[in-house]
Amino acid sequence: MLGDYLPVLILGGLAFAFVVASLFASSLLRPSRPSPAKLAPYECGNEPVRLPKGEKFSVKFYVVAMMFIIFDIETIFLFPWAVSFRKLGLFGLVEMAVFIALVFVAYVYIWMQGGLEWEQAPRPMERTAAEGEQEEELLRAG
Amino acid sequence: MIPAPHLDFLPLLPELIVAGVAVALLVGGALVGRPSQTVLLLLTLAGLIAAAAASAYLWNWDGPGRVLGEMIQADRLAVVSRMILLGVGAFGALYGHHYFARTGVARMEFYPLLLLAVSGMTLLVASADLIVVFLALEILSLALYILVALSFRMASAEASMKYFLLGAFSSAFFLYGLAMAYGAAGTTKIDGIALALSGRTGSQPLALAAVGLLLIGFGFKVSVVPFHMWTPDVYQGAPTSVTAFMAAGTKVAAFTALIRVLDVSFQPLTWDWRPAVWALAAASMVLGSLLAIAQTDLKRLLGYSSIAHAGFILTGLIATDGAGIAAVTFYLVAYSVTVLGAFGTVMLASGGIRERTSFDSFRGLAGRSPMLAGLLTLFLLSLAGIPPTVGFIAKAGVFGSAIRAGFWPLALIGVLASVVGAFFYLRVIVLMYMEEPQAELEPEGAALPGAALALAAGLTLVLGVFPQIILPVLEKAAILRW
Amino acid sequence: MRVPIADFLVLSGILFAIGTAGVLVRRNALLIFMSVELQLNAVNLTLVAFSRMRNELNGQVLAFFSMVVAAAEVVVGLAIIVSMYRRRGSVNVDDASVLRG
Repeated sequence: MLGDYLPVLILGGLAFAFVVASLFASSLLRPSRPSPAKLAPYECGNEPVRLPKGEKFSVKFYVVAMMFIIFDIETIFLFPWAVSFRKLGLFGLVEMAVFIALVFVAYVYIWMQGGLEWEQAPRPMERTAAEGEQEEELLRAG
Repeated sequence: MIPAPHLDFLPLLPELIVAGVAVALLVGGALVGRPSQTVLLLLTLAGLIAAAAASAYLWNWDGPGRVLGEMIQADRLAVVSRMILLGVGAFGALYGHHYFARTGVARMEFYPLLLLAVSGMTLLVASADLIVVFLALEILSLALYILVALSFRMASAEASMKYFLLGAFSSAFFLYGLAMAYGAAGTTKIDGIALALSGRTGSQPLALAAVGLLLIGFGFKVSVVPFHMWTPDVYQGAPTSVTAFMAAGTKVAAFTALIRVLDVSFQPLTWDWRPAVWALAAASMVLGSLLAIAQTDLKRLLGYSSIAHAGFILTGLIATDGAGIAAVTFYLVAYSVTVLGAFGTVMLASGGIRERTSFDSFRGLAGRSPMLAGLLTLFLLSLAGIPPTVGFIAKAGVFGSAIRAGFWPLALIGVLASVVGAFFYLRVIVLMYMEEPQAELEPEGAALPGAALALAAGLTLVLGVFPQIILPVLEKAAILRW
Repeated sequence: MRVPIADFLVLSGILFAIGTAGVLVRRNALLIFMSVELQLNAVNLTLVAFSRMRNELNGQVLAFFSMVVAAAEVVVGLAIIVSMYRRRGSVNVDDASVLRG
């Protein structure tokens, strides 16, 4: 039973050995002349003002991540279908076409709303947000 | 070659229409840019009416009781509950049109989201398999989380976050309960579980765990104590039009599904789940009524009152006979009509999007707008269960069925809680009529929501005096075929 | 070597309990949400284990559905939490205090 895993183990061992061997070989072959200037961390040639540790990701990345997750997960329905594609025949094909069409609808909506723009163009949602803030201020004032 | 299953889409037609219109509006709206709100409203209403027609046609459905791989139930309970839900959706669309037109910001997404929530609700009442119950619950919840956040008030975002976190938490419990039911019975079919549990193939301990976890999941959705903490916050923070829709719609959909799960799937375990439901009902009625007394915000007060009402409905559910189910459905109709009316009046009386819903804004409302004050009085009386309103008949129905099943102590607790409830509803009425106005708010008059309010008021009175108009229909629907 | 089904059920029960505890203890909305995800994945493990035990496929189908639902929840949830962060500059649930009473 466990013997079945032996090839995996051997492959893992080989991969590890390759990494160690190539790092070792390159440290032997490359010239090494360190100086204080070379060892200093830098940011475009300047001393770093602050470390990027507490830096938050831009919200744009979250938006992209959301898009990715939703379209990525939809494809898990494609795998079982693909496995038994021949057995399911035309019926399965039609069902899957309907499913993909619906996913496509979501895609069109996101596209039209500007969800795929990296540089945020003024899109309906953004404008309403600005208007909403004005409205909040009005409410606070009155 | 796996043969194509025999597909009978007809019993699913109402959901297909509603979801189809939602998708069309979403894409169409995105392509047009900023579509006219009135056109969107008309298309939404047309979709709801078409779905209602399709649903009415299914009343005399004589095909198989379950279709689409035994996933969808084609019985009369599904038809009746769908009709209620589609009506609730129409009210929600009219209120939302009024509310979001006032913000000066055309929110195109409101209509597709509302329709998707409606399709989730109607799918929930027609599901014959716990998988579909789960998916439908998620469809309606996800749409509602966003609807709650649609206003740009700070409170709205906060309410949405609370609702979402607790809602996701409760879905996890629901899903775990579903997994336990599957482990106990080897199937997720609502009637298949009952067959397995009454035969030898079921596992008793797993089934008990399943009932408990499913009750927690449903308990969150219908807001019974002790799973109620989100309700007042979300009801207060959400745009009033959305609150009206979700208060009525979620209760109707989730309670109908709960009827199916408790009275069919776990019917062999009736004697085990009854004490739990008893305790939930009693706690909700008592705590909901007591906590409401201390409130000073009308929307929040209605939130606590909805907790108490969830308890009243559970009281009717504990008697597992046809009359009990009919009483519960009647209560759901009554609660929907009344609460839609109450929140609608609050929406018009509280300065639109400014949402001044604290008691101060309602002091002396009768002087400024006798019409709105009168309507609100009627709806509050109905919520309190005072004749001749529909709320009285509904309460009498659920308490009656609890007593018939031998649960008179629970009915007694219910009557006492109603008395406490009458106190705080009357307090609101008193401050509308007896006190001097403090805030200068201009109550709005509006044609469309006004007509909806008139309809709600009419139904509250007519069904209160002549409940026999719909009772025979509900009694016919209360026969579960399985 | 074959792991008995009961072990999977115990493991998933423990995972579910950890997730539940996380939701109740954590105050950061994102972490609460991650705990919910842990609960959902614990349920998936239960489903697949039962499916194996009963030799029936529906449990695995259900696990697929629950994964998709979880993804949809992630998207809606992240959107809500991000919009909250934009307005408030914090995702701590104790800071969400406009609604009290």
